[in-house]
Amino acid sequence: MTEKRHLLSILVDNEPGVLSRIVGLFSGRGYNIESLCVAETMDPAISRITMTTRGNPMIIEQIKKQLNKLVNVLKVFDLTGQEYVQREMVLIKVTAVQQHRAEILRITDIFRGQVVDVGQDHFTIKITGDNEKISAILSLLRPFGIREIARTGSIALFREKK
Amino acid sequence: MSKLTGAQILMEMLKEEGVDTIFGYPGGAVIDVYDELEKTDINHYLVRHEQGAVHAADGYARASGKVGVCLVTSGPGATNTVTGIASAYMDSIPLVVFTGQVPTKLIGNDAFQEVDIVGITRPCTKHNYLVSDVKNLARKVKEAFHIARSGRPGPVLVDLPKDVVNATTNFSPPGEISLRSYNPTYEPNIKQLKKVVSLIRTAKKPVVFSGGGVVLSKAHEELTEFARKGQIPVTSTLMGLGAFPGTDPLWLGMLGMHGTYRANMAVTDCDLLISVGVRFDDRVTGKTDEFASQAKIVQIDIDPTSIQKNVQVSVPVVGDCKISLRQLNELLETEECSDRAEDRQEWLAQIDEWKRTTPLAYKQEDIIKPQYVIDKLYELTKGDAIITTEVGQNQMWAAQYYHFREPGRFITSGGLGVMGFGLPAAIGAQVGAPGNLVVDVAGDGSIQMNIQEMATAVQYNLPVKVVILNNCFLGMVRQWQELFYNKRYASTQFHHTPDFVKLAEAYGAKGLRAKTPDEVEKVLSEGLAHPGAVIMDFVVEQEECVYPMVPAGAPIKNMLLV
Repeated sequence: MTEKRHLLSILVDNEPGVLSRIVGLFSGRGYNIESLCVAETMDPAISRITMTTRGNPMIIEQIKKQLNKLVNVLKVFDLTGQEYVQREMVLIKVTAVQQHRAEILRITDIFRGQVVDVGQDHFTIKITGDNEKISAILSLLRPFGIREIARTGSIALFREKK
Repeated sequence: MSKLTGAQILMEMLKEEGVDTIFGYPGGAVIDVYDELEKTDINHYLVRHEQGAVHAADGYARASGKVGVCLVTSGPGATNTVTGIASAYMDSIPLVVFTGQVPTKLIGNDAFQEVDIVGITRPCTKHNYLVSDVKNLARKVKEAFHIARSGRPGPVLVDLPKDVVNATTNFSPPGEISLRSYNPTYEPNIKQLKKVVSLIRTAKKPVVFSGGGVVLSKAHEELTEFARKGQIPVTSTLMGLGAFPGTDPLWLGMLGMHGTYRANMAVTDCDLLISVGVRFDDRVTGKTDEFASQAKIVQIDIDPTSIQKNVQVSVPVVGDCKISLRQLNELLETEECSDRAEDRQEWLAQIDEWKRTTPLAYKQEDIIKPQYVIDKLYELTKGDAIITTEVGQNQMWAAQYYHFREPGRFITSGGLGVMGFGLPAAIGAQVGAPGNLVVDVAGDGSIQMNIQEMATAVQYNLPVKVVILNNCFLGMVRQWQELFYNKRYASTQFHHTPDFVKLAEAYGAKGLRAKTPDEVEKVLSEGLAHPGAVIMDFVVEQEECVYPMVPAGAPIKNMLLV
């Protein structure tokens, strides 16, 4: 059975220890977390966890069942194969010496990014998009010297039915 | 509405949940709870080690069908419960464990006897709580009992900081609760059940494979009716023993690593495996690729995570075992099944053939054979005793040679395999089913892991009987070393073992010993008839092995036989 990346959206009680139950479930059972993003929803009693994980169909089925079994988990959605919108934000600190500054700004513009911090020899650029877009800009900026990046991990919602 | 302290609220909630028995051990963090407990009618059993309290509550729960309850202090009191909790979690036994905790303002400060027991037990409880406000106490306790006993049962831990126990609040009972994120599925999908019936109709070589879930949901009568109606032979896991009568002609014996020849062969050869309340543990399946590889597999279980976890299933049914089997029986009722016995003739004849050629066997010669002790125990108790076990060879021989006819009669640490389980579990079972004969089948190794509980048995006049199959070895590990490590007995031999007869006497119990085969019956008769707690020490063959045996990871048809 082939492994595939899945994007899960999990609604949980907004209580201390809940994230630990979920992370503990993954480490205890040897499942993989590729990215994880947690924050409150409109209802402050509920948090949404957006997670990317990887596994064959039998493992993914177990992951969803095991998550559902946790008393603090309200709902598990598997977005993979569904219609959804997904975004991730990345902050990129890139070396920007005089002769490269214009080129870096052009690239940032093409990707609809923003320079959020600027120094004598660097820019910090904010980009939002899906995984492909972020990978693309990272590979374009790499030749200039990327010093650090910080990524949020994916967040996603189902598209409304038309 | 009246103002009560946390400790008083806890007592009110215990009464509301029908708790009349607690196993525990006091300490600084729970001294106020004990002070209130003393004023109630609840019977508290003071054990000698907190691990014993949890195993006793486990044995109590299995023998009585109620939720087992423990009360221990913070820090080491709490950590000592972990093995018992993990065992109950693996075996799906409903427990509520109350642990003391340092005052909330000290939590996180490395206070005296502080430990993050909620963090420690997160992966081995069904759920757990740290009660940080006395206002939530009643509701959390109610939820704990609800979660422990419903769905697939399991242990729930409630951590009680000392200041929460002493704080006061207006108390009103929480009434009915419903948890929006916890709703076990009891009713099976009828479409799935109809698929099962049509598979039964066409199967030539079906087998029922029953497990602990059948015992837990008290589905034994429905299971027996189902098997007889369909003329389907039945095998079971260790945890499932007793759900189907061990004396019935359709009974195959236990399945797996130390299963009977006919059970392992029948499952390997069957064309339909109807599994009920099992989770396909590796000790049962051996190599999963070759487990029932000819068969369509049906799996009925209340816990969706048990389904399709280890083996591919053709027809999954999520639901309570009892309700599912009852509905299957109703569906089979409407089926044309008059000639079913005839359909099965060939298959049942094959099974009889396996049974005839390769039965469970041992030869009783000059030295006492451990199997002979269990045989005699079965004979003398007429199969009516509650048997608890330790873990290892003693456990397997008890499972093979004591033919359980009813559920709740075989109490063993199946999933976690805890040495030291049997004696405290026997104490709990004796409390939970007073008037029954309760026997702990032990080895000389495992009995020493919780032997201190003899004092508990004697203090509370609990007439538990301990049968020690004494071979001066950690027998099961020695057996593996004999078979797979060229007889290099690394650290498995006890060069010194206490005199168990004298030890029994020191605890105020009776001690007896049998050294020769002709003494076995006499010692058993005398010990079982004694009105108090007894240790019976049987000096058995040192290097006896449990057979059949499937080497770990091999297909279950590859059995080593005597």
